[in-house]
Parts: sequence; C-alpha cells; structure tokens
Amino acid sequence: MNTEATAVQTAPGVGDSASFERHLSLSALPESWKNWKKEYWEKYEELPFPRTRDEHWRFASRIDFDLSGFQLAEDASDDTIEEVLSRSNLVAERSGQIVFVDNQLVSEEAIPEELAARGVVFLPLAEAVTKHPELVERYLFQESTDLGSDKFHALHNAYSESGYLLYVPDNVEIDAPFAVYHWHAAPGAALFPHILVVGGRNSRFSVVDAQQSLFEDRTGFSCAVGNVFAEDGAKIYRRTIQNFNNRMVSFQLDTNNVDRDTAVRGINLNLGSRRARFENEVRINGAGADVKLYSLTVAENDQEFDQRTLQIHNAPNAVSDLLYKNALMDHSRTIFSGLIKVAKDAQQTDAYQTNRNLLLNDTAQANSLPGLEIEANDVKCSHGATTGQLDRDELFYFLQRGIPKRIAQQLMVFGFFEEVIEQFDNEELEENLRGLIQAKFEKKQLDAVTPKMETT
Amino acid sequence: MSQTDAIDIDREKGNFRFDVKYEYDAGTGLSEETIDYISKAKDEEQWINDFRKRALKVFERLPMPTHWATKDLENIVFENIRYYLSQGQMPSRSWDDVPDEVKETFERLGIPEQERKFLAGVEAQFDSEAAYSRMQDSLEDEGVIFVGSSEGLKKYPHIFKKYFGKVIPTNDNKFSALNSAVFSGGSFIYVPPGVKLKQPLQAYFRINAESFGQFERTLIIADEGAEVTYMEGCTAPKFETSTLHSAVVELVALKGAKIQYITVQNWSNNVFNLVTKRAWAEEGAEVKWIDCNIGSRLTMKYPGVVLKGRKARGEVISIALANDGQHQDTGAKMVHQADDTTSNIISKSISVGKGRSTYRGLVHMPDHLKGCKNNTECDALLINTNSRTDTYPAINVQGNGNSVQHEASVSKVSAEQIFYMMQRGLSEGEAMSLAVNGFVNDLVRQFPMEYSVELKRLIDMEMEGSVG
Repeated sequence: MNTEATAVQTAPGVGDSASFERHLSLSALPESWKNWKKEYWEKYEELPFPRTRDEHWRFASRIDFDLSGFQLAEDASDDTIEEVLSRSNLVAERSGQIVFVDNQLVSEEAIPEELAARGVVFLPLAEAVTKHPELVERYLFQESTDLGSDKFHALHNAYSESGYLLYVPDNVEIDAPFAVYHWHAAPGAALFPHILVVGGRNSRFSVVDAQQSLFEDRTGFSCAVGNVFAEDGAKIYRRTIQNFNNRMVSFQLDTNNVDRDTAVRGINLNLGSRRARFENEVRINGAGADVKLYSLTVAENDQEFDQRTLQIHNAPNAVSDLLYKNALMDHSRTIFSGLIKVAKDAQQTDAYQTNRNLLLNDTAQANSLPGLEIEANDVKCSHGATTGQLDRDELFYFLQRGIPKRIAQQLMVFGFFEEVIEQFDNEELEENLRGLIQAKFEKKQLDAVTPKMETT
Repeated sequence: MSQTDAIDIDREKGNFRFDVKYEYDAGTGLSEETIDYISKAKDEEQWINDFRKRALKVFERLPMPTHWATKDLENIVFENIRYYLSQGQMPSRSWDDVPDEVKETFERLGIPEQERKFLAGVEAQFDSEAAYSRMQDSLEDEGVIFVGSSEGLKKYPHIFKKYFGKVIPTNDNKFSALNSAVFSGGSFIYVPPGVKLKQPLQAYFRINAESFGQFERTLIIADEGAEVTYMEGCTAPKFETSTLHSAVVELVALKGAKIQYITVQNWSNNVFNLVTKRAWAEEGAEVKWIDCNIGSRLTMKYPGVVLKGRKARGEVISIALANDGQHQDTGAKMVHQADDTTSNIISKSISVGKGRSTYRGLVHMPDHLKGCKNNTECDALLINTNSRTDTYPAINVQGNGNSVQHEASVSKVSAEQIFYMMQRGLSEGEAMSLAVNGFVNDLVRQFPMEYSVELKRLIDMEMEGSVG
C-alpha cells in the first residue's frame, strides 16, 4: 500500500473563490451548466455557515468548517487507476458499472445492448448532458436540502460534475444492480459525487453506490448529493456504502421524491470518515407509496456520525418505515435526528421510525432526537429510540454453553447488525459488507467491547 | 353543540373579575425604575434589588427562543404589561381579614372549602401578592416554613438564600431571567429533616387585572428524609388583551427526601404561560412532577429533575389538553448526574379542534455514570381532522450499563371502539368521552382524589360528530 506523506498544500481550498474561478475556467461543460455553477457559487458565498445552536445541528460537536486544506485533485496516476479498478469489486453480477477517482471518470462499463435498446440511460453526467440534455435539464440540480446543510449543498452544485445519471424508462424491469464507485485517493482531495436516479412508471431496478478511500492515512473531503425520483408504480432500491478512511470529512445529502404506488427502499452502511453528515429526506407525493429506510453505522475511535432524516407524507394511504441502527465503540459519537411530518390531508398514513444504539464502550455517546409533527388525525405513527449495552444475560448464556467470551460478544454484535445487513437483499453484497464490518472489528481489542464481566 | 363549547362551559368557572383598587401599581412597561418600585414596595434588601437588576440585563440580552419555539411568542408585547399590582404586602392569616372582592373571588373558586376539607396549608395569590396564607399550627411547631417569596428571603435568609436562583439560574432562559427581575409572590417552603407532611400544601394563583403579568417564585426545600406534597391551581378571567404568567419553581430534595408537585393549570385562553420548573434530587431522593395543562393560549413548560445523588429518582407525569386556539408545548427534562439514578416520563396529550399539543423532552446521561435508566412514553390522541401534535425528544447517552428507552405514538379514537360502545347503548358523545377518559385514566388516577374528579369532569365533554 502506498503511504506517501501528505504533500504540503499551497493551492487555495475549495471554499476559496480563486479555487472556484480556476475550476470554472478549466471546465469543459456547456455554457448553460457553467451559468448554474456561478449561481450556486454565489449562493454558497451568501449562505452563512451553520452553527451548533441551529436546531438542525443540535448535538453536533464544534463544526469543523475549514475547507482550506481540500483541493480538487489532479488526474490520478495509472497505478492508482489500476489499483482502484481491481478493488471496485463489491458487485460481480451487475447491469453496468462506472468508477470515479477524485472526481475523475476512470471506467465506464457499457450497459447490455438489450437495456440500451429499451431506452435505459446509465452515463456519467458530463456525457449525459450532451447525449440526453432533456433529462439533465429536467432532473439535475432540482433539489435542495431542508435539513441544515444548504451551504454545502450549494458548494456541491457549484463544483460537482462527477456523477451519473441513471434513467430507467416506463415498464422496464432490471434484476442485476447498477454499480457506481467514488474513490478518494489524493491527499486533501475534495470530492463532489452526484447521484441522479430516475425511475419511470412501473420500472423496477436497483443501484449500489460505494464511496471508499484507496489509502488509510490521507485526508479528504467529500460532499455528495443523491436525488431519487420515483414515478408512479416505480420500484427502486438504492444501496449506499460509505467506507472512506477515518481522516475524511464527508457529507451525503439525499432526497427521494416518491409518487403514487411506488416502492422505494434506501439502505446505508456507514463505516468511514472522521466526521460524516448524512441528510436524508423522503417526500411522499402520491397515495399508496411504500418507503423503507435502513441504516447501519459502526463507529469507532473519534468518529462522529451525524444523521438527519425527514419523512414527509403529503399524500394519503402511504407507508414509511425507518430503522437506523448504530453501534458505537471508543470515543465515537452518533446523532440521530429524525422527523415524521404528516400533512393535513395525508389520512391513513402509517409512519414509523426506530433508532437503536448499542454502546460498546463507556466513552461512546449516542444522541437521539426522534420527532413527530402530525396534522392529520387518522394516522398510525410512532417512534422508538433505545440506547443500551450488550445484554449480560445473553452473554452469560453463551458462556455457559462453552462459547468463549470474545466470540460470544462478536456473535451478539453481529446479531445486532444482521437485521439491517440482510435488508441489502443481495447475497454477494451482504457477504462483502460483512467482510468490511469484520475488518473494522478485527482491529479492536475485543475485551474492551463490553463492560467487563467476571468469568469464573 | 360542538365539543368546543362543552369544554368551555367548565372553563367559565374562573371567568369573572372584580374592579379592585390597587394600593401598589408599577404601571406598564419594564425598566430599572419598575424594579426599584417593586423593591421599595416590598422593602427589600439591596442584594435582592441588585439580583433583579442583573436579571433585567440578562432578560434584555437573551433573544426570544423562536429558533425552536413557536413564533406566537413574538405576540407578547413586554411594554404593555403591568409588572406589579398589589393591595398590600402582608397576607392575611384569617379569612375574615381578606378584602371582600378577593375573598369573594376565592370563595367562588372554592378555596376556603378546600382548605377545611383536607389541606395542611393554603396560600392564595391575587395578582402580585398573596392575599391569604394559612398553615396548620401543629406544622409550625414542627418547624415547617410556608411563606411568600419576599417574606422567606427577609425572615429566613439562612435557609432560602443558599438555594434561591441556584436550581434555575437567572440566565437559564429568557423567561427565567424575566421572572428573576420582577418576581413577586409564590411559596417558599422548608420542611425540616424527617418531617413528613401527611396532607398537601396548596397554593392558588389568580390573575384579576387586565394586561397583567404574574411572576411568582416558588422554592421548596425538603430536608433529609422529609416528605411534602404541594399543589397549585391557576385561573384568570378572559380579557381582550393577552396576559403573561411566567413563574420560576425550584425544588430541592435533600438526601432521602420526597417531593411531589402537582399542577392543574386552567388559565383562560388569553394567558401566555411560560414557566420554568426544575428540581435537584440528592442521594436517594425522589421528585415527582404531576402536571396537567388544560388552559392558556400558549403553555411552554418542561419540568425537570437534576439527579445529583446516587439512586435518586425523577418522574414527570403529564396530561395536556389543547383545544381551539391553544398550544400546549409541554414536556420534561431528566439530567442524570450520579450512578444508579432512574427517571420516568409519561406524557399524554389530547388535541381537539384546531388545538396543537407538543412534547419536548431531554434525557441526558454523561459518560462517567453507570447503571442509570430512563423510560419515556409519549402518547398523543388526535380528535379532529385539523388537530395537530408534535413530538421532539432529545436523548443523549454515554456510560456503562445505562439504558434509555423512548416510545411515542400518535393515534385517534378508533371507529371500532366507538361502534362497540354505541352498540351497547351509549350515545356517540358518551362513547367518545369514555374513550378519551380511558386514554388518560391511568395518569388521572395519580392525581389526588379531588383533582382527578375535576379532571374527569373537564375531559368528560360532548364529542358528538367528532368521530371519523
């Protein structure tokens, strides 16, 4: 593994207007897109940095907003590209794959002829804008965030051009997932991954987004935006794996627009980053929609995972169900802030929200802010939040049956994870993800994992 | 008749007022002069005057908390409020000495009757000062102190000064600062070690004057092993302009002490009720807040317990009923600061018509603690299609062997339930009130008998046509 020291940075950071001007002058995008960029840059400069006393940033620790150490990286070396491609292997059976390293497109696997013939579009944004300007015009940058990171959303829109458009037309059903990798490689690199997923009426498909670091010891910044549009009857499953190294600062700002009778699922596995902020907003605009949101976070050392969710029911007879699980070790912190909003006319809504936190060390800290705002009366809404440790009685049971403590603890922790892992609903991917999580645990002195218990 | 009118019938009990000639009137608006006027009227020591003036500066500096709370707060016009009104400084000890209008007020509200029945002591506050205060002589012999805030600070500084403004510091929030600047009235209670009051002490708060702000200050200290139950009730007539009630209530439960604090708040619909209530519980102590909010235009109240000693226990039982034009923004705070502390929060709210009820909670367990437990349950019932409910808990947990569980649910009265009862011969309205009473029944039972009867009656409303 290449472990060259972080180079001394002299170029201005991505928050600096000199950096933006340079980016704009080098960009090969059409003039109309460049004009958007300028607008968003102005918006970025206008908006204030969030403060911890803002309700959307409650419990977040001092917000580290110094972007001066993060630049747009130069093109990657051939060695790096080769390494990245060999490691982009979470999903073997797939409908297509696109790989980026530090915003640079390094691999684009064509989708099967048959899908292309039926009008499926799976392209890097820079290519989509010339080949399918009507789709880009209609869907790109149409969203914002209501959950506190508007300034970073504007920054993303000002810089982002590395990302993809996945468009599946009406009535097309696809079994194998599409896979997209966003790799972080260069020291201090700033990434702006954009994820744009549109499902036509009665379409069915799934996508896997993986965000990873090639090197363990390099700093970096990633500000990703993901927008899902599900038209009537669409069934979309989006899986996101965030496994940056522990020196990254990352944002993932997602929205899901969901129409009538859709089935939209989103699942997130969060392992990496020093600080990771995740905003996820679901807007149910059509009756009969069924939305499921899952997340599993494994936090260690000084990691902080800050998760904010919003489930908005604007239409009746819809279901939304959220399950966010966090396992915390060492001095890590997690924040879960979720809100269910049911509008006046959204009768017969079923909306649920569950947050479970497992504290594996005394010094870890879990914060929960589960919220409800209900304006319709004929609804079933509930939330539950629990925080606790591994159950001593369960551990005792394992020990009694001759299972060593270390293994017993591991089994219990993995049992906690499994409820979410199995929702990935893809055996190959599940196996790979178990491997990633296991790797994170193997670094741990497992004795520290549970409160000490006397074994006689 | 709609169910709204039905509820208001019960509210009419407090809707009358008298023209009272006030001996002391600080006029409208708030300035250092207002504070000097109050201090002079009360003949206060200099340190209290300084305390008030410092608080005024804090009040002026702090912003309205509208970044999280309702914008309705902006409708309070502080310049238009009268901050101090009273007829005299010393409460009467005998009912016969109470001025006629005041006496009639409390008689119509049934206060002397209550006292005769079952109370150990009564204080009745009319606008800024207590008009009447009486405690059983035997308790006085045991060393129990039950006086107003001014008298407490003047006569017993060695007892009260130590805790005054310590549980809730002036700068805790904008309204605790306001209270600290202009406080008047309230109860200062001290229960000596080992003394267990078998009957509750009661205070009755009455706003009579229009555009008046009532800022009572209560401090209850239960010494080691002592036990006390305190009940307060509040009413005001309906005025065209809004009225402000902003109290600060501090409880101190020393080792092994038990305090129960019961509130039945039935202010009229023009009162902004912005109250800060917090308790300290030392080793093995128990503090229980029983809180019922039926009246007011906007209530913001989150009784809290700081669990300072090992095995201390805190509890909040809360019922809120929000009708048209009302917003009950209530909740609880549990701050765990010692090992093996436990806390329990049970909150039930009912939103009727366009009413809005909100639960806000905080549970905090820092990392050096072990064996702490919290249980929180919030249930909301929505009666009409335009009723609204919100839940905003905040839970913050670290440490060894600590566990927290929080559950909230929102529901309506099920059509099947109503149908079942109507099949058995109940009218739709009866079925509805039975269902609503059933929803709060397990909490209502925790109130003293007299209050639970009253509460049941308040909730026993006509629900005709509100199903489905």
